[in-house]
Amino acid sequence: MSGAALSVRGLSKSFKGLRAVSEVSFEVGAGAIVALIGPNGAGKTTIFNMIAGVFAPDSGSAALDGRALIGLRPDQVCHAGIGRTFQIVRPFGGLSVADNVAIGALRAAASREEAEAKAESVMRILDLWSKRRQRAASLTLPDRKRLEVARALATGPRLLLLDEVMAGLRPTEVDTMVAVFRDLNRSLGITILLIEHVMRAVMALAQSIVVLHHGEVIAQGAPAAVVQDPKVLESYLGEETAL
Amino acid sequence: MSLLRGVPRRGLILLALFVAAMALAPLYAGAYLLSVLTLILYFAYLGQAWNIMMGFAGQLSLGHALYVGLGAYSSAALFVHFGLPPAVGLFVGALLAAVAGTAIGFLGFRFGIQGVYFALLTIAFAEFVRILFEHFAWVGGTAGLFLPVSNRSDIDVLALRGTPEMFYYVILVMTLAALALSRALLRSRLGYYWLAIREDQEAAESLGIDVFRYKMIAVALSAALTALAGVFYAFFYNNLFPHQIFAMDSSIELLLGAIIGGVGTLFGPIVGAFILTPLSEGLSEVTEGLKIDGIKQLVYGICVVVIVLFRPEGVWPWIARRLGLDGEARRGDEP
Repeated sequence: MSGAALSVRGLSKSFKGLRAVSEVSFEVGAGAIVALIGPNGAGKTTIFNMIAGVFAPDSGSAALDGRALIGLRPDQVCHAGIGRTFQIVRPFGGLSVADNVAIGALRAAASREEAEAKAESVMRILDLWSKRRQRAASLTLPDRKRLEVARALATGPRLLLLDEVMAGLRPTEVDTMVAVFRDLNRSLGITILLIEHVMRAVMALAQSIVVLHHGEVIAQGAPAAVVQDPKVLESYLGEETAL
Repeated sequence: MSLLRGVPRRGLILLALFVAAMALAPLYAGAYLLSVLTLILYFAYLGQAWNIMMGFAGQLSLGHALYVGLGAYSSAALFVHFGLPPAVGLFVGALLAAVAGTAIGFLGFRFGIQGVYFALLTIAFAEFVRILFEHFAWVGGTAGLFLPVSNRSDIDVLALRGTPEMFYYVILVMTLAALALSRALLRSRLGYYWLAIREDQEAAESLGIDVFRYKMIAVALSAALTALAGVFYAFFYNNLFPHQIFAMDSSIELLLGAIIGGVGTLFGPIVGAFILTPLSEGLSEVTEGLKIDGIKQLVYGICVVVIVLFRPEGVWPWIARRLGLDGEARRGDEP
């Protein structure tokens, strides 16, 4: 398993006349970690949903290793090699943690036994192994966030789309999660595109940052440069956040 | 047997006792008790067939009488008109039901009709087919279709002709087979996908599950299995009327046991049938002497309401917890 490159070109989407995403273009190189940041309503999750096949863009394209993604259904996007998490977590509440992850693992597994073995290794990585028998509905929010990641990871993706998986985590938990992603990225080469408000995680992980505001890219590039950008400071980070 | 792997020892013993008690029933049960047991198993089987679609895949059907009717009418008509035995007719009935289910499923799932609206669609189709059959002269229309009743002392299972004991064993085998099938399905890739779809379709899709396809499989399988109960019905009762077999009441009656017993559980539909059918029969006995119109239905309804109020997730999960068989009740219910 190795990472895949994502290329987004001129993506636009309007909802009832409101332009949510406008001519957004960016590249995520194979094996890279890129963060998508910006204030609420900037269009970050909309971009994720278009890449993941939840809805079609009005115009523009997205491609994984050159293969067009637009027009594929969400399940086909998953088979193409993209695993995603949901900002508002969507666990299979009535099922156990182990079954939640095993269902993800079935995507690439030949048998149920193989899926269960894969699920076990993923649960150990995300520290869910001791909770495997619990109903997903009974988990705390941080655990549900971890379950989102575990399920997506179990599908064996070459690109992970992480939608605010750090939100609600304590600083030490953020650091643990950061270490997990860094490790996945290094050992398996998985490409990661993350939407994140927790700047601590963004700065620790991302090699490159794309900043969105009102559906448009207002800055992109190396983290150190982007967080100094006056436009970014004004619209999103605020003066005092400058690192 | 791999199907029994993971079942607690106590569960295995109880299951063995249950199967033995049911298998030996004709030895100790009188004619009346045997007829009640046959009816219980009939509804236990139907509840299981319905449970595959609703309990596993989460798609509510309130029109399953349609599939019972298609199975009953096609096997009966082939027998009456062409002398074909039900062993042949059941394939035609199951296929017809699967096609009907697939057609309804296609309309619903392709055009995003979900939840109660999908349920309304299933009712509409059942009613539509009922009216169709009422005007379908070849199978008797409203006057009904009657099967010649043959000598009941010789037993011919393939022709579904024989003693009440034979019918009892046929439905017992069907019920146990449905139980084994349900267990196998729940442990298969298909079963996992269904549960995922039941819990959250969008999340299921994001994990690579072709939601449309697996919902279609659930409807087709549930419909085909339901049709087999219809074949049994036709040859057991030897008469068919569209206003009975395709009725809304029949659709409700066949799913009530699964709900009372526990939707989505393996034993729920069986437990539910063991509660509701004796309740109905017992109330008939008791209320007969009262000579008050509708009293039986009223008391029956109150009983159902009380059970649902106190055991909203079904009676079986509660029994399973009491017996320490939690793992069996519903996957993920373990503490």
